[in-house]
Amino acid sequence: MEETGTVKKFLFVNRKAPYGSVYALEGLEVVLISAAFDQDVSLAFIDDGVYQLAKGQNPKAIETKNFSPTYRALEGYDIEKLYVERESLQARGLGEEDLLVDVQVLGAAEMAALMDEMDVMISF
Amino acid sequence: MLHIVNKSPSERATLASCLAHVRPGHSVLLIEDAVYAATKGHAAAAKVEAALATAKVYVLMPDLEARARAGAVIDGVVPVDYRGFVDLVTQNPRVQSWL
Repeated sequence: MEETGTVKKFLFVNRKAPYGSVYALEGLEVVLISAAFDQDVSLAFIDDGVYQLAKGQNPKAIETKNFSPTYRALEGYDIEKLYVERESLQARGLGEEDLLVDVQVLGAAEMAALMDEMDVMISF
Repeated sequence: MLHIVNKSPSERATLASCLAHVRPGHSVLLIEDAVYAATKGHAAAAKVEAALATAKVYVLMPDLEARARAGAVIDGVVPVDYRGFVDLVTQNPRVQSWL
């Protein structure tokens, strides 16, 4: 019997800074797993989550793995929809030029509309 | 007294609580996710700048470098390495960690 293969719209909501807790890395692992299931995957970065995409991370001195290059590799897994909230960048003195990957910057209201289009939301 | 804060000011109120209890001459050390508070343009930077009027504020460089924010430290905040962290602990008779 052939599988029908329902495709759902998934949004992974990233709200935590990298390194200070394990959420950012764990979230990224789950995103990579989701790529194996041929779903419609989007990533949102809001609040401290925007720091996950900061360009130039170097955790050598804190003896932690630098997982930030993986965000650039997501394209290779057909995960190309990355959304970053403008207000979150502004509150942290960051701009789009400080990010290590191409993203779409959305205002909070647009982000809310995006969330409203989703079938499943998973928060990290 | 040395105060140590390790949580992001966007996640927890520990930085605000700490700064409300810092007395003149005290030292504050920002580590882990608290280092973001000492970066230019951050919403919490004004609070840190205000604290600089009466207290010393230090920030742990390895944590800033990990987070790609080493180039954005606000003026007046003193960057320290792990050796400097140990020096601060030994120089201050009391240490309070704001967990």
